Amino acid sequence: MTINPQLNADGSLRHLLTIDGLPRAILTHILDTAEGFISVSEQEVKKVPLLRGKAIFNLFFEPSTRTRTTFEIAAKRLSADVINLNINASSQSKGETLLDTVDNLAAMQADMFVVRHAQSGAAHMIARHVAPHIHVVNAGDGRHAHPTQGLLDVFTIRKYKGEFHNLRVAIVGDVLHSRVARSQIHALTTLGVPEVRVIAPKTLLPVGVEQMGVHVYHDMLQGLKDVDVVIMLRLQNERMRGARLPSSQEYFKYYGLTQEKLALARPDAIVMHPGPMNRGVEIDSSVADGKQSVILPQVTYGIAVRMAVMSILAGN
Amino acid sequence: MKIKISNGRVIDPKTQFDSIADVYIAAGKIVSIGAMPAGFQANRVIDATNQIVCPGLVDLAARLREPGFEYRATLESEMNAACAGGVTSLACPPDTDPPLDEPGLVEMLKFRAKNLNQARVYPIGALTQKLEGLRLTEMAELRDAGCVGFSQADAPISDTQVLVRALEYASTFGFTVWLRPEDAYLAKGGVAHDGFVATRLGLPAIPVSAETVAVATILLLVRETNARVHLCRLSSAQGVDMVRRAKAEGLNISCDVSINHLHLSEMDIGYFDPNYHLSPPLRSTRDREAIRAGLADGTIDALCSNHTPVDDDAKQMPFAEAEAGATGLELLLPLALKWAQDQGVSLANALARITHHPAQILGLDAGHLTVGQVADVCIFNPESRWQVIPANLRSQGKNTPFLGYEMQGAVTFTLVDGQVVFEAKK
Repeated sequence: MTINPQLNADGSLRHLLTIDGLPRAILTHILDTAEGFISVSEQEVKKVPLLRGKAIFNLFFEPSTRTRTTFEIAAKRLSADVINLNINASSQSKGETLLDTVDNLAAMQADMFVVRHAQSGAAHMIARHVAPHIHVVNAGDGRHAHPTQGLLDVFTIRKYKGEFHNLRVAIVGDVLHSRVARSQIHALTTLGVPEVRVIAPKTLLPVGVEQMGVHVYHDMLQGLKDVDVVIMLRLQNERMRGARLPSSQEYFKYYGLTQEKLALARPDAIVMHPGPMNRGVEIDSSVADGKQSVILPQVTYGIAVRMAVMSILAGN
Repeated sequence: MKIKISNGRVIDPKTQFDSIADVYIAAGKIVSIGAMPAGFQANRVIDATNQIVCPGLVDLAARLREPGFEYRATLESEMNAACAGGVTSLACPPDTDPPLDEPGLVEMLKFRAKNLNQARVYPIGALTQKLEGLRLTEMAELRDAGCVGFSQADAPISDTQVLVRALEYASTFGFTVWLRPEDAYLAKGGVAHDGFVATRLGLPAIPVSAETVAVATILLLVRETNARVHLCRLSSAQGVDMVRRAKAEGLNISCDVSINHLHLSEMDIGYFDPNYHLSPPLRSTRDREAIRAGLADGTIDALCSNHTPVDDDAKQMPFAEAEAGATGLELLLPLALKWAQDQGVSLANALARITHHPAQILGLDAGHLTVGQVADVCIFNPESRWQVIPANLRSQGKNTPFLGYEMQGAVTFTLVDGQVVFEAKK
């Protein structure tokens, strides 16, 4: 059980399930490979033949448009055959177990599963179960991990900031429920960012988050001071209805990113958001669309990063 | 049937007897330990050389899964497992389907169990109807049908007024109320200890306060009602400490812990292994150490298997969706022995936690080896090693966090009522 299930015996990447525990060299290799794929998207014929003949199944057990689309585009640009499955609407609703579904799809000669699931650890379970030639990419599992999002975020940061070793990064919002935040924190700390801050009310922070190597702030004005990167997290509306937050108005007042609060960060700070955004709840439109925002480039880079991951896993 | 168990190391934790001796059994009872009674002619001699002869184990929590969950396990399979584990008396929680909230259900369970002629089954009746935490059961009727206590199993009562009424009513008759201290709201939705591992794995968490708030509430109500309460499956250092102080104050309480919490912690969840999905959740290593110390100093009265056979289909799921629980009847003895070895506790003290002490909690004249006593006996080889693999488990539930572990200590014979109900293959 102590062997990292996403690494081969030689330490190479077999699955991408989480950034937690991956060595810096593997992250850097993915980012460097992604650099090479940016130009593919800019060509008139946006395709390379690296995964020609490979069958990639997008298994989405919970709804997603953006992530599924970027994985689909990435796979197609690598010339793979892509099959999209919205499992909620099919087998699972008929009572089939998750592993039965996976077995059936594996029998259709799948080479890779891209898995999105509402439960933490679902991708790990599938990875433990599949035949050795099948690769699993976690496209988001519960609150646990969204490793390609974490990678595309650090890729974006590297694009704009060049280095990691001299940065202060603030992650703001619902860290407790966020798989994105966990992956970002692992990616940033692994790549050597010396100061990662999380800013949130106590109701949105998990116990012991400091042990992930972050500094905790409850006051956004203090937390944003002199940071180079501000990453805003999506606040799900259902959190408002529970006992975690009293109202979207109060949340926006104390934790929403406005131009005034952003002014506390370094003048060249960039603003990121994994999307989809709730404008006026976690971020003001003037910031989301402002000159410091790199939210749309994140989406573009996401395709290159996912191409890199898939080609590294299945291209060998 | 007359049986002579010869040359074993006889340990009776209750009387502190510990000596190489022969045990003579006739008509289901122990007739002598040491000298052979006049005219005794054994029909069978069991050679217990280099083995321990101790009272049959008494387990405070073993789910037999009948009625309602026969696809997970049957009385027969789990009674076999009990006997293979040296367990001769076991208490079963009421969380069957339907729950044990009517005398007829209890009588049926007792009848079916008795017909199997294996371990003795002592049902714990439901404290509230359908375990819903709303209306009290007919406790006196249930007692008459064979219940030895009343419990909510793993379904805590969230309405404190119902809880206090249940304690008052039970204490009217002198019944023991068995409560798993867990605040229903604080535990809601959680599947793992609220600590760094759950944070890293993104698992919904259950804070320690879910246990301590409930312990505090129960202790306050025990003071008020003078009810006798047994606290089931403590999991936290703070919980153990609260019980220690309450006992020092003289409150009429007892408590147990499971074999899983005695040896494992949140760190063992690893990469979402559903075998480690247990209720209550595995807590921090500090909590585990406090539990181990609490069992040694007597704060925790008994060790139980918390046997919960779960089928593969219910475990082959993402961690949070997998059913909580693990098989344990066959692991109770070796894991008690391992704790004794790790903790530097004597063999007799370790055996007391799984024989004499749980029998006292159940109010049974069991769990000891004395002349005139019913011959419920466990014989085991303390040096024998075996591996926990599905093929080695008689329980229909093959899932346990200890899969793959090597155990030391193997039962060779189990006797109930002076009859051999289990004999290990040579």
